[in-house]
Amino acid sequence: MSTVFIAFQTNEDTRPIVESIMEDNPGAVLDEQPAMVKINAEGKLVIKRESIEARIGRSFDLQELQINLITISGNLDEDDDTFTLAWNN
Amino acid sequence: MQIDLRTVAIKPVRQTFDNIARRFGDKPASRYQEGTYDVQQTDIFHYRPMWEPEFELFDERRTAIRMKDWYALKDPRQFYYGAYTIARSRQQDAAEANFDMIEERGLADLLPAELRQTALDLLVPLRHAEWGGNMNNSFIAAYGYGTAITQPCLYHAMDHLGVAQYLTRVGLELQGPKALDDAKASWMNAPLWQPLRRYIENTLVVRDWFETFVAQNLVLEGLVYPLIFDRLDGEFSAKGGTPISMMTRFMGEWSVETAKWIDAQIKVAAAESPDNKALLNKWLAQYRGAALEAIAPLAERAFGADAEATLTDLTNEFNSRCAKQGLSV
Amino acid sequence: MDMKATKKKLGLKEKYAHMTRGLGWETTYQPMDAVFPYAKFEGIKIHDWERWEDPFRLTMDAYWKYQAEKERKLYAVLDAFAQNNGHLSITDARYLNAIKLFLCGISPLEYVAHRGFAAAGRNFPGVGPRIACLMQSLDEIRHAQTQIHALSNYNKYYDGFHDFKHMLERVWYLSVPKSFFDDAYSAGPFEWMIAIGFSFEYVLTNLLFVPFMSGAAYNGDMATVTFGFSAQSDEARHMTLGLECIKFMLEQDPDNLPIVQKWIDKWAWRGIRVLTLVGMMMDYMLPKRVMSWKEAWEIYFEQNGGALFNDLARYGIKMPDCVKQCTVDKEHISHQAWATFYQYGGAAAFHTWSPTDEEMDWLSAKYPNTFDKYYRPRFTYWREQAEKGNRFYSNTLPMLCQVCQIPMVFTEPDDPTQICYRESEFKGEKFHTCSDGCKHIFDDEPEKYVQSWLPVHQIYQGNCFTPSANPADPAFDPMLEVLKFYNFNLGHDNMDYEGSRDQQNFNTWRGLATKNV
Repeated sequence: MSTVFIAFQTNEDTRPIVESIMEDNPGAVLDEQPAMVKINAEGKLVIKRESIEARIGRSFDLQELQINLITISGNLDEDDDTFTLAWNN
Repeated sequence: MQIDLRTVAIKPVRQTFDNIARRFGDKPASRYQEGTYDVQQTDIFHYRPMWEPEFELFDERRTAIRMKDWYALKDPRQFYYGAYTIARSRQQDAAEANFDMIEERGLADLLPAELRQTALDLLVPLRHAEWGGNMNNSFIAAYGYGTAITQPCLYHAMDHLGVAQYLTRVGLELQGPKALDDAKASWMNAPLWQPLRRYIENTLVVRDWFETFVAQNLVLEGLVYPLIFDRLDGEFSAKGGTPISMMTRFMGEWSVETAKWIDAQIKVAAAESPDNKALLNKWLAQYRGAALEAIAPLAERAFGADAEATLTDLTNEFNSRCAKQGLSV
Repeated sequence: MDMKATKKKLGLKEKYAHMTRGLGWETTYQPMDAVFPYAKFEGIKIHDWERWEDPFRLTMDAYWKYQAEKERKLYAVLDAFAQNNGHLSITDARYLNAIKLFLCGISPLEYVAHRGFAAAGRNFPGVGPRIACLMQSLDEIRHAQTQIHALSNYNKYYDGFHDFKHMLERVWYLSVPKSFFDDAYSAGPFEWMIAIGFSFEYVLTNLLFVPFMSGAAYNGDMATVTFGFSAQSDEARHMTLGLECIKFMLEQDPDNLPIVQKWIDKWAWRGIRVLTLVGMMMDYMLPKRVMSWKEAWEIYFEQNGGALFNDLARYGIKMPDCVKQCTVDKEHISHQAWATFYQYGGAAAFHTWSPTDEEMDWLSAKYPNTFDKYYRPRFTYWREQAEKGNRFYSNTLPMLCQVCQIPMVFTEPDDPTQICYRESEFKGEKFHTCSDGCKHIFDDEPEKYVQSWLPVHQIYQGNCFTPSANPADPAFDPMLEVLKFYNFNLGHDNMDYEGSRDQQNFNTWRGLATKNV
């Protein structure tokens, strides 16, 4: 399995996003760097709209992720409810 | 350790970059200036393009228009990326609020059938023409010369995409995906749209980018936008079609704003030399005739018996606009 | 009939398809080949553009909304930075030399990327990739401008930033990144996508941006951190475009595989050579270091790139051969590059200096196999000489590689004491390259690379003087005249950091800020 990752700027907007990702992806590993937080996972990482909404108490469009996104690795699949990164090997 | 650095008065060594100082003197420069002037390379290219070996990568000779300084073609709106996106995001907020209101209240369902049909026939297929506007302006953004004009052409290309997407939403709002299929069929085959489609396809093979600018931005937009988003829009509002006007408000505002920028380019290029002016006049005459032919069926569909009077009126307005930029009409 | 009930809410993918590819049409009044004249000459075969998978699905209104929000945040930080003399919060003014290299060598190329993606966004017959390319074109002008705006404040107070476009076109080491982008833009749209969209944006961008921006964060440079991370948020879109593009080419026709593989090999090596400058920056130019070049290479290329190439293996794509050499090179190139700039510090628009003992100990720890053995003695010797008042500046001109345009300073893969030279012949003339990788690229397209405007050759041919220079004058100093042609502020932009105006000003200003006068 190969590692996929996603990194965000560290700020107030991304804290609930990062929490949601960590809860929804039990194998994920958090790597906190200056001004940046990176999440690594084996093979696959799923971000769920509902989980983020539950934390922030308002509706959330997954495209809002882009405002604070720094980098990703893996093939991306995006629909209304999920944002998935995966390697196919 | 927190240092209160604001209390320190330090004299800068220089106020701006050398290229800006050479043009305007060493004084504080605007973000538009620093982000635009001389940003495109002009000297010393390593390889000739494989796709056009007769030219350098950036080359003044891709148009017959000649300018001593291509940065004379500045944008009166002073759009750099940040100013551009912030301006458009305000407009899209307003547009979004309009679409939301129409959806929530079901306003599209209350439209008189005749107006709905007019909108489906005239607004929705126009999204393909807007896509042509995107292609023509991305061509200029790629092959034009000098950031002052190529930069706003990319913004203009993306605006056309935005307009095409708003028109798509009008179709979806009025009738759902079927509206888009019908519009595409009409664009490809209906006599109503063939002259305009031919005009646009002809502009897509023009290789002189300033000619493209005249054919697309000055002439075609200068006639189509007033026809559809001013005159026809007036009809919609007058006859109980306000929801349609709400969905196309962006286009009305946008064309007024962008026309000022387009005029400024034409005016400066024409004033540069008699040769430029003669060339612009030639293009104007050539494309105005073709564009009027191309939109005649649309005017006919929109205004029936009043079509000719409307077109005459529009032509007069357009001619006086061109005359103000120094062109002969 | 209830109209609302029949209007099913469209999902993101379906809605986006209507908003984008639904817009295009097959032209009939003009042939498609005339409307898209550059779609076929590279030999890439595309049978069905509709099979293109959109990576990100942003409509223009969403683009405007999110990007404007990023811009508001970014410019608020830049304004605050300028108002509060943020430049005095950096660790040390030495740090700024890395940023000078960035503004002169990278920012103008963001602009070229903008033009190149506008061209790709016009030239592909498929609507999906065209729109993605146009959005990237728009992002790239954003990057060029936000970098210029962020660094404009440094330009007001420090040397070496003042004429970046003029320098990029002329200065010897800046021809390295410039020729890289000229090479990509002069190729066709498909090769452009592999060169910039895939190799640069996907394989190598993390190596450029993440260390640079983390370096900025470690060194208190909030302006650079802000534009860097803000630009990176667009990069995620660009990476998915590059990856999608390569998969699409490979899925469309098996004949595309050898062409794509050749381009990947070429552009991986071209990119890695350019990144030598980043390696040097990480290992030598940051007062407070993030990680070594070797570590960054291992994380972002060997691990992450490895995952990528495993993923592409099902199409028959192999890891580029040059990676074997990179595994050796990662222990050497940053030291060789800094040693070169140290010697040619008189002809560079940024300052150089000797590493301190503490810094050399860090380098020994990070490079246990090479630093003490090959490089410490050299830097130690130079420092001793400098302390005696003999700061060494080379006044000769180095020979440049015909392809990557870096001086011939890299060593043989199996012997780090031997400079590597390769030689090719074309139409009866000899051409020199710095490595097997560059020789391979030259030999494949000699008619392209013989065109290279090599700064050193051009100096010798007399093409790098200002119009007022007079070679007949007995006092004519060719080196000095070249630096005038570069528009250097002599004695301020160049030479050692020790004793520079930047050093003096920074220390004085910082003193004003921290002490009561």
